[in-house]
Amino acid sequence: MQINVKYFASMRERMGCAEQQVQVSELSLTVEKLWQGYLADVPLPVNTLVAVNMEYCDLTTPLGEGDEVAFFPPVTGG
Amino acid sequence: MPVLIKPHRFDPYAALVEYQKGLRAGSYGAVVSFVGVMRDFNQGGEVSTMTLEYYPGMTEKQIERSCQMALEKYSMDDALVIHRVGEITPDEPIVLVAVWSAHRSAAFDGCRCIINDLKQHAPFWKSEQGQQGTRWVATNTPDITKDDT
Repeated sequence: MQINVKYFASMRERMGCAEQQVQVSELSLTVEKLWQGYLADVPLPVNTLVAVNMEYCDLTTPLGEGDEVAFFPPVTGG
Repeated sequence: MPVLIKPHRFDPYAALVEYQKGLRAGSYGAVVSFVGVMRDFNQGGEVSTMTLEYYPGMTEKQIERSCQMALEKYSMDDALVIHRVGEITPDEPIVLVAVWSAHRSAAFDGCRCIINDLKQHAPFWKSEQGQQGTRWVATNTPDITKDDT
């Protein structure tokens, strides 16, 4: 299945791109497995926030075909 | 309860007046607004410009949720939120939160609730440019007087 990944702010700089598409064969995919198995060799930076399909979630959130997963640092608007 | 993201400078006071023209005259008795403005200093350093980034789609959704939460919690009638993105210079408005209600208490409480929830949940990120270079703002200043969230 395909997962669409987005990075914002300092996470974008750290990862070197704003978005990427990842083809995943694993059936019981979670955000944590996506990060560890397909995106980076290092642990997810402390305080990183995650959203799946524009809803905040945690690392155990299951993923499905076509999901949009975003990684970003603490928010600083207002 | 409109939520608007603006890539260019806006006049929060004119926007408030303009939106209010669409409300039924006599239906509200209190209007409270919060306007966040860019400083030329932060954490002891001078800041010349700031760049605000956001997550199109999710940001609007989160702010709409903040407004809805305030509406359910307080006796508000309506709200308007406008937030800047892009490059900003000192003294430019960053955010407007305006709340209309029958009485002042709900307007004050609703306005504070929305801005506090926005600052905590809406995906925006500030980077500051100054003499020391560019740096990401790590966290927002907490509201030490009251926690609505």
